[in-house]
Amino acid sequence: MMILRRTVLLMLISTAVFAQDDLMKEMLDNETPQTNYASSTFKGSRIINGQSIETRGKGELEFIFAHRFGPVSGGSYELFGLDQAYVRLGLEYGITDNLGVGFGRNSFDKTMDGYLRYKFIRQSTGAINFPVTITAFGSGAIRTSPRAQDAAYDIQLVDRLAYTAQLLIARKFSPTFSMQLMPTLVHKNTVDKTVETNDVYALGFAGRLRVSRSIALTSEYYHRFNVGNANPYYNAVGVGIDIETGGHVFQLIFTNTRGLTERAFITETQGDVRNGDFSLGFNVTRAFQVKKPK
Amino acid sequence: MKKIIFIGLVVISTIASGQKYGIEKAKVMFFSKTPVEDIDATNTTVNSLFNATAGDIAFSIVIKDFAFKKALMKEHFNEKYLESDKYPKSTFQGKLTGYSTDKAGKQEVRAVGKLTIHGVTRDVDVPGTIEFKDGKMVAVSKFQVALKEYDIKIPQLLWKKIAEVIDVNLDFTYKSL
Repeated sequence: MMILRRTVLLMLISTAVFAQDDLMKEMLDNETPQTNYASSTFKGSRIINGQSIETRGKGELEFIFAHRFGPVSGGSYELFGLDQAYVRLGLEYGITDNLGVGFGRNSFDKTMDGYLRYKFIRQSTGAINFPVTITAFGSGAIRTSPRAQDAAYDIQLVDRLAYTAQLLIARKFSPTFSMQLMPTLVHKNTVDKTVETNDVYALGFAGRLRVSRSIALTSEYYHRFNVGNANPYYNAVGVGIDIETGGHVFQLIFTNTRGLTERAFITETQGDVRNGDFSLGFNVTRAFQVKKPK
Repeated sequence: MKKIIFIGLVVISTIASGQKYGIEKAKVMFFSKTPVEDIDATNTTVNSLFNATAGDIAFSIVIKDFAFKKALMKEHFNEKYLESDKYPKSTFQGKLTGYSTDKAGKQEVRAVGKLTIHGVTRDVDVPGTIEFKDGKMVAVSKFQVALKEYDIKIPQLLWKKIAEVIDVNLDFTYKSL
């Protein structure tokens, strides 16, 4: 009888104590595993000069206003580069959460560019596990300078075109640290063959380190592989600070390149880092939701 | 004889562990109202169990599945406020009191227990109604959450857009298991 009483007592106690926890445990055990996708790997659609894996949300329109001042090495006469600036005005629209289309015009070489980017694999954990996010990026650009009457030779439309294909591969290692690799091919229809090739192969590296909830440090470097000795250009490198305020992202940038299309910054960067040819620049983006989801 | 009593007790205690209800469909909504911008979001990725005999209730909500009107709001919500990479779920575990499973119609109840948001667990006591009907149970609750209590900080540049106290509505439909 003693044993029985003890058993009853124990059962009552254990039921009372463990009921709630058991319910929680039972619930969690029965959950279908979720797939947890990495988000906000980078803040802007651009990291410094080049593209990031990020696409706009569906129905979101982003206005991108970018500036590159002259080289700081111009000294006080050029107000450390602030006297001259190249501008790119651009728009990017999210057709779906993973597919974006954009276009813009850069005053550098008076270039117009259009592009598509498609995020086809997303970094995730849980039910689906994948270590990286991969976005394919393709662009075409037309350089409208010089005008036909100003050109040194009979310049045709095809001579003005350049294309870029990129795979953007990024991993968000932690909420504060992300890295990206960018195998790149830039094709220019017409080049001066004595110093350049039509196809330029490059590999880009970029990183982002969040230092507070709204501020992150970024860096980016594009290394070109098939560059001859006569090639007068340099590899593009830059560092920046992302500052986020509501619908805006301000990116304050220090870089040796001034063009904002892939042709210009990957294959035709003019700033020599050893000469201190760094320029100040900024990218400002403003996002608008033009179409309500669902 | 002892054996029989013992088995009987085991059976009783199993039965006493109760009539259970699992989630059929659920909706969690929250509202933030400020002069600058009204923000609302809805989530249907909710898991819950309710033990009607004991009154025990538990639920969990996947933070990343809150749907917003603007993609950017969702991004900020996950990255800056709820830090859903670190704290993917919000949970509640507690007891419902003040109801009878035999009563028809809506019954006023209180939910007392532990609510976890953004990795911070707080004791809460919120009102709501439940209704048993045709083997189902519908639970509805409206309450407020002060962001400060859950250590959710609003960056200074943004603070005017987000209310310090958020209205939360829960609408859960359970089916008998």
